[in-house]
Amino acid sequence: FRIMAGKVKWVTDIEKSVLINNFEKRGWIQVAENEDWNFYWMSVQTIRNVFSVETGYRLSDDQIVNHFPNHYELTRKDLMVKNIKRYRKELEKEGSPLAEKDENGKYIYLDFVPVTFMLPADYNLFVEEFRKNPSSTWIMKPCGKAQGKGIFLINKLSQIKKWSRDSKTSSFVSQSSKEAYVISLYINNPLLIGGKKFDLRLYVLVSTYRPLRCYMYKLGFCRFCTVKYTPSTSELDNMFVHLTNVAIQKHGDDYNHIHGGKWTVSNLRLYLESTRGKEVTNKLFDEIHWIIVQSLKAVAPVINNDKHCFECYGYDIIIDDKLKPWLIEVNASPSLTSSTANDRILKYNLINDTLNIAVPNGEIPDCKWNKSPPKDVLGNYEVLYDEEMAQSDVPDRDLRSRSGQSTGIKGNRARDSGKPILTTWK
Amino acid sequence: GSWEKRILKSLNSMCAELSIPLAQKRPVSEQKELLNKWNEMGTDEPDLSLFRPVYAPKDFLEVLMNLRNPNYENGEQPSFRNHLGLIQVPLKVKDIPELKEDFSELGLNIGQLGIDDSAQVPPEFFENEHVRVGQKVLAEQDSAAAQQYVRQGCPTALRADLWALILNISNQAEDILYYEQLKSNVIQHDLLVDSLIYKDVKLTASNDDYYFVFEDYLYQVLLCFSRDTSVLEHFTYSSATPPKSYIRGKLGMEEYAVFYPPNGVIPFHGFSMYVAPLCFLYHEPSKLYQIFREMYVRFFFRLHSISSHPSGIVSLCLLFETLLQTHLPQLFYHLREIGAQPLRISFKWMVRAFSGYLATDQLLLLWDRILGYNSLEILAVLAAAVFAFRAVNLMEVTSLAAAEAVLADLSTLKVMPLLQIFLFAT
Repeated sequence: FRIMAGKVKWVTDIEKSVLINNFEKRGWIQVAENEDWNFYWMSVQTIRNVFSVETGYRLSDDQIVNHFPNHYELTRKDLMVKNIKRYRKELEKEGSPLAEKDENGKYIYLDFVPVTFMLPADYNLFVEEFRKNPSSTWIMKPCGKAQGKGIFLINKLSQIKKWSRDSKTSSFVSQSSKEAYVISLYINNPLLIGGKKFDLRLYVLVSTYRPLRCYMYKLGFCRFCTVKYTPSTSELDNMFVHLTNVAIQKHGDDYNHIHGGKWTVSNLRLYLESTRGKEVTNKLFDEIHWIIVQSLKAVAPVINNDKHCFECYGYDIIIDDKLKPWLIEVNASPSLTSSTANDRILKYNLINDTLNIAVPNGEIPDCKWNKSPPKDVLGNYEVLYDEEMAQSDVPDRDLRSRSGQSTGIKGNRARDSGKPILTTWK
Repeated sequence: GSWEKRILKSLNSMCAELSIPLAQKRPVSEQKELLNKWNEMGTDEPDLSLFRPVYAPKDFLEVLMNLRNPNYENGEQPSFRNHLGLIQVPLKVKDIPELKEDFSELGLNIGQLGIDDSAQVPPEFFENEHVRVGQKVLAEQDSAAAQQYVRQGCPTALRADLWALILNISNQAEDILYYEQLKSNVIQHDLLVDSLIYKDVKLTASNDDYYFVFEDYLYQVLLCFSRDTSVLEHFTYSSATPPKSYIRGKLGMEEYAVFYPPNGVIPFHGFSMYVAPLCFLYHEPSKLYQIFREMYVRFFFRLHSISSHPSGIVSLCLLFETLLQTHLPQLFYHLREIGAQPLRISFKWMVRAFSGYLATDQLLLLWDRILGYNSLEILAVLAAAVFAFRAVNLMEVTSLAAAEAVLADLSTLKVMPLLQIFLFAT
């Protein structure tokens, strides 16, 4: 006979079965928002309210939420780029070898975000860059939207005239964050498999930013476009060719509800090892892990590292045909909708493993705990970077590696869950 | 003999029903269109609703079950008198002691990929040295050594080259030219079997979690394959006869007979799954084509034609049933009792060489051994090993449907431990 008082009380404003089934299987009790709760899985709108100056309230020690208050420093396209640029400049100023540049002035280790400008703020800078490569294609993305909404490609300046600061129409373009866009160099040489373009969705759990402790979910997946990729300009308007968001692909004629156009990362690894070799494949996965960690380090100084918070991000990465990974964006609320049966299982397990790490033993949390879960609760997560562990060794230990040990079919070979397993010193 | 007549009759009647000729020349406009679409035939949506696969594995099983050979008297094989399986032709098959000798490299004290390269085993133990030997074999281009080597499994990065070495595929200029010639045959002439190929791909590989990505490659290989008359050569060592068709109005006149399809192989439901796994290894169409063709004329043809060859499907079925009845008699009798003759379940695995049933990395480890031992007997051994592995659950079922359910999902199986335990540790 269990005493009800000891059970975690949960609230959510996201009605998804993968969440609710996980809460119920732990015997947690559902309550309403205005009651005493211990765990709240919130939408990004709600986190904004909880921490806002007007409507916010203090969280008590036994309350945990699934977002950091200002996660948008990472998850808004324009702020992410801004923070990474700032981080690079800081490293350069302090003479860090990480900020080394090549003979063309490109960062050797930190060039992982496609060239990006904010519009309308950086319009003139953009035009300058555009003119250097007039045949290039650029992708316009609204800062505040998700799921591929409002995205379009351009290859002529005339197509974005209304974002020009000098334009007569600029007075109609509101400066509010909703209408702001980022424009990025479009990666028109993506790695193709079976002639199809794809991107990678990887899940990364952050339990604390300072010190940084983050975990990578081993079971990420590739999202394939259902239509053959062609860089031809006539297909620029065909979003089925260019965008891999499942929300868009789902409406294409060829969308398949059994596999949903998704491949496991282990399939990707098998394919790349078989066709390209082991070294370049290991290097690719090392680099992917590297860019994730660097992006987190970039925002760590500005994130409100509230101890009531953890967050599970959806990272979108594209690999080009030279096997270089590019960070496209980070999602604060990765979709919990399931497009196939496999998908449902994956997301259910994702939430399960996330809760095991964020809410130890499934008991009423104490936000003052040290956020160091034992190795055996990680499930399908593996430690991506643990700043505390890294700093307890030789000073630049966090930049050295055991190379080639990555996620995939063989799983994690790192013997020590605390050590950073995946960053490579180049 | 009569089975082949049945298939051809079925094809001819479909042809008459649908009023589509077996072969016809394409109008020039259609040729142009197909050439443009060559790399993305998967996006085509021809109306295939009226086409049916000419036969499925279970139809073939019915034929095999009814085989009787008046040349054999059951008395010649006393052990056969007690055979309670579906196959009633007393071919000679190996027993476990003989299999242990034949497959000695799979023994417990010998390193294997698929076992000794798992995350828990330090690579210094076996893997590193095995990779080194593999690289040496490739450097010396020693085909015989390669065949011996792959018995212990291929490192993923070396597999494509090792298989090509064993199969003697070098993709010279004349091979590429030959493939291009086949391609132009496809462009110029439309064959009825093309629709069967499309249908098969759409029904099987397009819905497969691993292979859907390669849909377009499958058309490119299979359409060319059906026009490749060099494939007819394998009939000289096969007991089968290629189906013949007659020019309209000249039925029975040998000088007007042609092989139909030109390669003499009528695809059945699941045929495209012979090609699909190869797409993980070869992404250049002409090389992929040649590897598949060689695999077909050396191995796969034996899985869907009737012969007394030890690697022929009849022998494999008998081997499977004998292994099961001899070494798991309780299980065998129980399943037979409830109307679930084991061969009814395992037949489809063997006909497809397990493609589409195992995870791809496991399938490739299995096919390594097919190449290494130049025999398909391992398919029967694996089928028996799978039953042995799930014996406990199978003993509890009371219907064929329930037995099928226990054995429906093989995607988590690790083939090498299963084989090793069945042969060497039971």
